[in-house]
Amino acid sequence: MPKAEGKLIDKDSVRIDGRKFNELRPTTIQIGILSNADGSAYIEQGKNKILTAVYGPHEVHPKHLALPDRSRLRCRYHMAPFSVDERKSPAPSRREVELSKVIREALEPSIFLEYYPRTSIDLFIEVLQANGGTRCAGITAASLALADAGVPMRDLTAACAAGKLEGQLVLDLNDSEDKEGEADVPLAYMPNLNAITLLQMDGQLTLEEFEKAIKLSLEGCTQLYKMQKEALKTKYVVVKEEVKE
Amino acid sequence: MSMIIRVKQQQIAQLMSKGKRLDGRELNDYREIKVEMGVIEKAEGSARVLLGKTEVLVGVKIGIGKPFPDTPNEGVLTVNVELVPLASPTFEPGPPKEDAIELARVVDRGIRESKAIDLEKLCLEPGKNVLIVFVDVYVLNYDGNLIDASAIATLAALLNTKMFKYEVEEGEVKVKPGYTPLPMQNYPIAVTFAKINGKLAVDPWLEEEQVMDARLTITIEKEGKICAVQKGGTGYFTTEYILEAAKIAKEKASEIRKLLVK
Repeated sequence: MPKAEGKLIDKDSVRIDGRKFNELRPTTIQIGILSNADGSAYIEQGKNKILTAVYGPHEVHPKHLALPDRSRLRCRYHMAPFSVDERKSPAPSRREVELSKVIREALEPSIFLEYYPRTSIDLFIEVLQANGGTRCAGITAASLALADAGVPMRDLTAACAAGKLEGQLVLDLNDSEDKEGEADVPLAYMPNLNAITLLQMDGQLTLEEFEKAIKLSLEGCTQLYKMQKEALKTKYVVVKEEVKE
Repeated sequence: MSMIIRVKQQQIAQLMSKGKRLDGRELNDYREIKVEMGVIEKAEGSARVLLGKTEVLVGVKIGIGKPFPDTPNEGVLTVNVELVPLASPTFEPGPPKEDAIELARVVDRGIRESKAIDLEKLCLEPGKNVLIVFVDVYVLNYDGNLIDASAIATLAALLNTKMFKYEVEEGEVKVKPGYTPLPMQNYPIAVTFAKINGKLAVDPWLEEEQVMDARLTITIEKEGKICAVQKGGTGYFTTEYILEAAKIAKEKASEIRKLLVK
């Protein structure tokens, strides 16, 4: 599709929503907002609104799925039918099946699954409103939901995408940037372990651009990681005050 | 992980740290690749690829249908993977599970993002009638690295495709005599790595896949650009590993591409 130069990003590197090339969307995170779940977290990143919950470690159903030496992490990434412009069928799409798998594999390295043999940890990510980068925002929130559930972890996992718009590499693509841009590199990262646990890419990038995109994504993850820790502290300050009263 | 695999894991990991592999290959060696095109006459295009003992058959069928609303001027590409139960004791009948779906989507991403098929040339009537390219990947024998085998076989089958000539006359799609090839303009090649004991090995076979920490697939298009990446498995990578893999992938992809495109 031919597009006007400077439509997505102008010559001063300002993007359609006014952000700089290395700026995340405004992000707020809340932890422990569902009463039934063992752990939960809610993230708003730009127009993305994503609710995540963790149940477990608990007994596995069906039982034959139990693993003898560790807990089984199960993950369901799902988009609400009203989360996108055209109604999405609530049945899981092939995209959702793939994302559920890569999100599970992004979070699995962070969890001490071997502490809970023969159990399962069930993780649910519900995208209530989607505007690009939902897999990453989902991971950022889900990692906090796991922490909120008290699951022992090696580190928090933060996730963020970088992409290419009209030749320039930028951080945290929104929906229109993702659709019209030239490339998208979502990445999940555990900063303390220097471990990249999710990496995907579509579009076209040279090796040099790919390297820059990864470094930009990592910077975004580091910023989100700080927000994750703040969100956890905020929750436990509230808990502490409640205990005092 | 079964007990036998755990014993092998140590052996494979020890060899790996010395830069060796259980089947005698070097870390950056592929298994022998054999490509045979046009093996199914009923399909518009087909190819059978052997990657060592891994065997994949791809058939391409062409149909007529409606374009997606957001791309009214483009034909449609769909990739489906069947992990046929005769290919492995671990494959079960039934609708595609997450492994098959991921595999199909990674192959699809390589073809789509490299713009391998000029989809605009598959448009008969904008918004109404376009050609649909159905790629069906049939895994016949599973001995590891299905992604690369499927990607090679898919590209080979697309290059082999001869379809009818279609034209629109008075609002109806008519079939004209003669055949025409698919409008191919790029040749993406997927290169998959296994990370085992801190080392990267290209084209992991079954036993290596069973013990690997993590998997990384990098798809390279004809100009040497990266057009798709997928990390899999429950381990992790660092930036250094990823960049090293990207460099090796670029070399390997141009070698493999020569098997298909002269």
